[in-house]
Amino acid sequence: MTPQRKAVALISGGLDSMLAARLILDQNIHIEGINFYTGFCVEGHTHAIRNKDRSKPKRNNALWVAEQLGIRLHIVEVIDEYKDIVINPKHGYGANLNPCLDCKGFMVRKAVEWMRENDFDFIITGEVIGQRPKSQRRDTMPVVARESGADELLLRPLCAKLLPLTHAEKEGWVDREKLMGFNGRNRKPQMALAAQYGFKDYAQPAGGCCFLTDENYARRLADLWAGRGQRDYELDDIMLLKVGRHLRPRPHFKLIVGRDEGENNFLRGYTTRFTHFYAKSHLGPLVLLDGEADKRDVRLAAEITARFGKGRNADKVVISVHEQNGEERDLTVTPLTPECMPQEWYL
Amino acid sequence: MTHRLDARNLICPMPVIRTQDKIKTLATGDRLEVTCTDPGALNDIPTWCRINGHRIVQTRSKNHEIVITIEVGALGQ
Repeated sequence: MTPQRKAVALISGGLDSMLAARLILDQNIHIEGINFYTGFCVEGHTHAIRNKDRSKPKRNNALWVAEQLGIRLHIVEVIDEYKDIVINPKHGYGANLNPCLDCKGFMVRKAVEWMRENDFDFIITGEVIGQRPKSQRRDTMPVVARESGADELLLRPLCAKLLPLTHAEKEGWVDREKLMGFNGRNRKPQMALAAQYGFKDYAQPAGGCCFLTDENYARRLADLWAGRGQRDYELDDIMLLKVGRHLRPRPHFKLIVGRDEGENNFLRGYTTRFTHFYAKSHLGPLVLLDGEADKRDVRLAAEITARFGKGRNADKVVISVHEQNGEERDLTVTPLTPECMPQEWYL
Repeated sequence: MTHRLDARNLICPMPVIRTQDKIKTLATGDRLEVTCTDPGALNDIPTWCRINGHRIVQTRSKNHEIVITIEVGALGQ
């Protein structure tokens, strides 16, 4: 009896990878999903930090897709390995700091490693020719297959009919005639196929799957690198870029200001690592200081903290200052006026 | 045997990843008690358990902490 062949499917949580996996499941292939967590994944985060987002329950779409398909899902943390992709992308960035082509090659390469370690036969992705301006073009899709080392072991079921034969098709494990020839940015063929399968409530594309494609986020990351004088980051750094108002009043330090109770609670988890401020005489935000600050800088940070609290119009506000070395003291300050806070400070 | 995992102050999907990695080291029938602070784990860990063949024994919340007890299934090995 011929053994059942096994494929590992890259599952992002979006519709395309869901459909690609489903097409291959229909061909009696055993499929398990793999999802890579880089720290920048929008789909992965189900933590609603801000108060206003709490009323909208979030789900991990990759897990949801796996459950709909009835397949196992392996979530693999690649935060450290992924740094080199973000910092030194061989193929450069997209519109912001998104290294899409390098990223896709990296993920397929990691899938190849997983496939070999787990004795699977081939890899499938939900890529569609022309769907993305950088990583999913007719001329760049072979680059992903080649540089990842997957070569003919990489099958893209949604556009396979427009691509050369892959190993799974040559071996007869997969019937090419039952695969698709989708092309371009039009989503109608995918939506029609989803309807055919009865898939409802799938994740809608909303600005990409990665924070690095977001202009504001990318600006904050570029500022982080410029402020520290080196292109590097830790997981906590890239988490904090998603939270609060970020202001850089001086080149050598920036402030992260909680915008509501949810963000203040989140920032509280970082108070042992940062000099931080909050108003004692009035309600107000928790503020973290990232960088080096002398006495004048600390006073300026206290005045800004006062500006964002309920005491913004008061003559004096008492600010509690907690230095990174554990020292605590109170500073009585006058809140900074909006005119003294140029727009360039805001990141 | 009951094992414990501290996933406090981690944002999803990290509690799921830590749970997954810990379960790989356990035997079928073992129990794992995961302590989290991210409410997203209340949805994500049970979903991950369902698709990977593990059973949620109990979920409880105390002082802003969530404790999820999982019984390791055969598929997890």
